[in-house]
Amino acid sequence: MSSETEIEQGAADEAKEPASALLVITLGIAGLLAGIVLVGTFIFTKPLIEQNKAEALQRAIFKVLANCDSFEELVLVDGVLKPAGDKTKDGGDVKQVFVGYDKNKEFVGFAIPGAEPGFQDIIGVIYGYNPHEEIIVGFEVLESKETPGLGDKIFKDLAFQENFKALRVSPEIVIVKNGQKANDNEVEAITGATISSKAVVRLLNKSMEEWKKLIEAYVESEKLGKP
Amino acid sequence: MGNLEDNAQKRADFVKGLWNENPVFVALLGMCPALAVTNSAINGLAMGLATTFVLLCSSILVSLARNVIPKQVRITSYIIIIATFVTVVDFGLAALAPAIHKELGAFIALIVVNCLILGRQEAFASKNPVGRSILDALGMSVGFTFALLCIGIIREVLGNGSLFNISLFGANYEPWVVMILPPGGFFALGFLLLFFNWYEARKKKRQDALTENERING
Repeated sequence: MSSETEIEQGAADEAKEPASALLVITLGIAGLLAGIVLVGTFIFTKPLIEQNKAEALQRAIFKVLANCDSFEELVLVDGVLKPAGDKTKDGGDVKQVFVGYDKNKEFVGFAIPGAEPGFQDIIGVIYGYNPHEEIIVGFEVLESKETPGLGDKIFKDLAFQENFKALRVSPEIVIVKNGQKANDNEVEAITGATISSKAVVRLLNKSMEEWKKLIEAYVESEKLGKP
Repeated sequence: MGNLEDNAQKRADFVKGLWNENPVFVALLGMCPALAVTNSAINGLAMGLATTFVLLCSSILVSLARNVIPKQVRITSYIIIIATFVTVVDFGLAALAPAIHKELGAFIALIVVNCLILGRQEAFASKNPVGRSILDALGMSVGFTFALLCIGIIREVLGNGSLFNISLFGANYEPWVVMILPPGGFFALGFLLLFFNWYEARKKKRQDALTENERING
């Protein structure tokens, strides 16, 4: 009973305030105009942003696969890798890898994107993989919010990048202290950025575990020659 | 005569933001971007320019609409206007300068809550004509950009041994990594504030001494 009277009183108060309709209209118009401006900007910038992303991806693929001249997108459908052209389901979280070819359309290797939590946030990378020799041939960080000056050495430190020129993936990649690399499945950690270095190695191991068999099957079925 | 006064006032509107009312060094506004994204000179500059765009556009619009917006909803309206321009900057940078957009990350979106911008709308643009609001916004923006650039230069030179990504001291320089980490932002800002306050205090002392002398001699 009392709540009803309160509501009635509230309505009466609003009615007494002559400006309230004006306030709503003002904010409504402001919101409408803002919406129009934002939609316009979005439509105008969307193709450019997508183009930037595609270009960044292409640059990264060419960087991690030496001699790569063109690439094809493969997606995981029902546990099998298939060219993206005939993917059955659209959108959603489709897992993808890229298969690279050189100028003569000869196979050079796979470029595999991956992500793993680092020190601050997800580290997104793409790396080049040679399935015949089972080695990683290149590595590039696409996305990272690692600490400037420490964690960001995973993509700024050239010595760390050297680790991924010919990194054997089986047995599992292990991380060693700086200057102690003895085997070709070892990665030298960056001093002061152990967590970020470990995250990268964890990422590569996890990703390899996920893709190795699938890629082997694909290489078998497509009869991709040695690069 | 009136023209002269007018010009003097216009100049004052612009100049006050550069030094006497500098948003960072004097008013201590916009500390979040001033500390967070100034780990290199180019980032400081980019953040300054992004803020300039938002502040200028918002001031023009708020000043134009100052007689239309009812008093009760003015802050909400300012925020809508500011947020719109910030989103435009966000999309624009992502489309035109993806490298800088990546560096500045979430801090572009956070320009919305930079109290420098809302402060200028409430204190100036909502009470003054468009021309003066533009000068005020420009002055404040230049002051803000200058401050961010100063902090960015100090942090990049000490923390990375480079300026605008050009190496300054050669390979033998051991960078003070702490300067590009978050504490470095506080160090750089703290020392700059120390310098500015010391300079202002000295200037005031000299002026006081001067007037004292004049009083005695006169």
